[in-house]
Amino acid sequence: MLYREAGQYKSSYASDMAVFPLKEDRIGIAVILAIALVAIPFLGSDFFIASVMIPFLIFSLAAIGLNILTGYTGLISLGTAAFMGVGAYSCYKLTTLFPGVNIIVLILLSGLFSAGIGVLFGLPSLRIKGFYLAVATLAAQFFLQWAFVRVPWLFNYNASGAIEVPQRTLFDIPLTGAAATPETRYFVCLGLVVVLTWFASNIVHGKLGRSWMAVRDMDIAAELMGIKLLNAKLMAFAVSSYFCGVAGAMMIFLWYGGGEAADVFSIRLSFNILFMVIIGGLGSLIGSFFGAAFLSILPTALKFGLPALGIPIQGAAAEHVTFMLVGALIITFLIVEPHGLARLWQIGKQKLRTWPFPY
Amino acid sequence: MSDIATRPAPNLFANPLVKAGLIVAAVVAALVIGIRLDSSNTLYAIFVDPFQQMVQAPDLLVQTVWEGLVSGVLYALIALGFVLIFKASGVFNFAQGIMVVFAALTLVGLYEKGVPAFLAVILTLGVMFALAVTIERVVLRPLVNQPDIILFMATFGITYFLIGFGESLFGGNPKQMIAEQLYLPKGAVDLQILGGLVSLQKIDIAAAVIASLMIAALAAFFQYTRIGRALRAVADSHKAALSVGISLNQIWVIVWFTAGIVALITGIMWGARSDVSFALEIVALKALPVLILGGFTSIPGAIVGGLIIGIGEKLGEFYWGPLIGGGIESWLAYFIALGFLLFRPQGLFGDKIIERI
Repeated sequence: MLYREAGQYKSSYASDMAVFPLKEDRIGIAVILAIALVAIPFLGSDFFIASVMIPFLIFSLAAIGLNILTGYTGLISLGTAAFMGVGAYSCYKLTTLFPGVNIIVLILLSGLFSAGIGVLFGLPSLRIKGFYLAVATLAAQFFLQWAFVRVPWLFNYNASGAIEVPQRTLFDIPLTGAAATPETRYFVCLGLVVVLTWFASNIVHGKLGRSWMAVRDMDIAAELMGIKLLNAKLMAFAVSSYFCGVAGAMMIFLWYGGGEAADVFSIRLSFNILFMVIIGGLGSLIGSFFGAAFLSILPTALKFGLPALGIPIQGAAAEHVTFMLVGALIITFLIVEPHGLARLWQIGKQKLRTWPFPY
Repeated sequence: MSDIATRPAPNLFANPLVKAGLIVAAVVAALVIGIRLDSSNTLYAIFVDPFQQMVQAPDLLVQTVWEGLVSGVLYALIALGFVLIFKASGVFNFAQGIMVVFAALTLVGLYEKGVPAFLAVILTLGVMFALAVTIERVVLRPLVNQPDIILFMATFGITYFLIGFGESLFGGNPKQMIAEQLYLPKGAVDLQILGGLVSLQKIDIAAAVIASLMIAALAAFFQYTRIGRALRAVADSHKAALSVGISLNQIWVIVWFTAGIVALITGIMWGARSDVSFALEIVALKALPVLILGGFTSIPGAIVGGLIIGIGEKLGEFYWGPLIGGGIESWLAYFIALGFLLFRPQGLFGDKIIERI
């Protein structure tokens, strides 16, 4: 009744290939964008914006990056955090070398360095498959994490051994550094995530995305059909690392504002993003958002929600319970819906389509 | 159709020995020329100096190799737990590392409650059995026939759950392993070898001996018992095993329990060398290159892989680490495994990967 494609005719190729072919979908995305652009900054508290929404957006971007590699191309990566780290450190180096250039441009550029490193560590994927590939990306993870600590050039020989985020402005509004308000940082994050998601959507719906999916389904068959495996796999690594790198730069510059980056970009972060992708749904962009929302908001919600419900736990015990609950929820979700939250979303839409007469 | 004209011309490089020989010759030639031309002594420091040190101080070399051997044995033990489960159920069990910690913590925790040491071992085995049954019932059975990556993720869920559960039961503080109560030896033996003193920790010797015994026992169990035969059948083919009346559910419980026993022994050995804490969990990630090097499905592979990785990373750290700032132990293992993988994508002893369309 509310959500039907009946009566919506497509009269040109452009409308047939539109990302949101249904009018209802377009309205829905407009509503979501309106909420994100207007309602959240005006109604949300600083705490909500800074420790719920910004992490959610950044994790979504990283999850999209990993989803391109794991969900669309079928290559397992356990080195996401390291590629994010490359983005963060190259952004730091760039903004030190070119302090006059706008930080947003630099954040977008720093992804390119990450892409380069990603291609380098993606080379073994041509020969190694499946779980065996995990070791190549783990090598990237541990090697780069080591380099972040041991190569002082990367953090400009700071005594703290960490990235110190300088203040950068746009039209005299501070975007990064201590003076930037959560709202400003949120808007920057939102803008970057929306634009990059749009890019990702176009890439995965285009020729490149189709060749990735062919490689995922069976790479020998894809090769026989004329897809160049070398190009497809390395492009997947490059694009995926680009997204992860931008997410990493955003993470340090717009969320943490400095800090011990080698600790941030640890193997645990890689695993967390892999969870987001799998719980959200492999090979689905909207699933990346669902997964990121689930796993980045859940610990915060449990931390503050359980005491509010009258369950008196705090400190270390709360953290342990969070761990247990996250573990149990992962298992439950996998049992209930192994294809992730994106599949639940699809089922919901299908139900809505036939509602109220499902027969 | 094997007409001589359609056959490819014999390629000199097709022979792996010829190929390897040519590569080695080229590398050696490049090195000799490079060292001649090398002005800043970088190549000398990388390719000559470490070997000179090895020859000049063989006792240090023996000591380093021994340390590598011991950590290799412990990696091999963790990898063994992985292989057992992977062979029997095709599950890549990420939770093996946390099972090691959990078993060790349960043992220490029970002992602290006043249970005698050996009774505590038996009770811990009981706990591991209960864990195996629970995992089979709650996690594996509902997830039968799902893709590998989903099962892999499910073991992540188990890992998270066990971390939270273990920490809320036993607390996050490192604990002392009850090595003396289990009659594990302490102290060191000093040996006079090659003009120097080599100091061997007794606990390391015990670890190596116990690990070898356990591997022998497992091999015998697999080879000579009814259950072992059933396990091998399941590893070969789930369907064929089912069709001859082997209960998969039962086999999975047995396999996870066996992995639990391996985890307990690993936990005791590892705990006796340092202490029992959740930091051990990261060691499980070291088992990954070991596994990959040896092949996921091969028990001898896990052992050989463990030894190669253990010795390789200790030698690398000791002789080459200082050149680039030290601490390379954290990633060297992965690069060693990667190097091997580029030549044998299925690991040293893994089953040949056959792809069909």
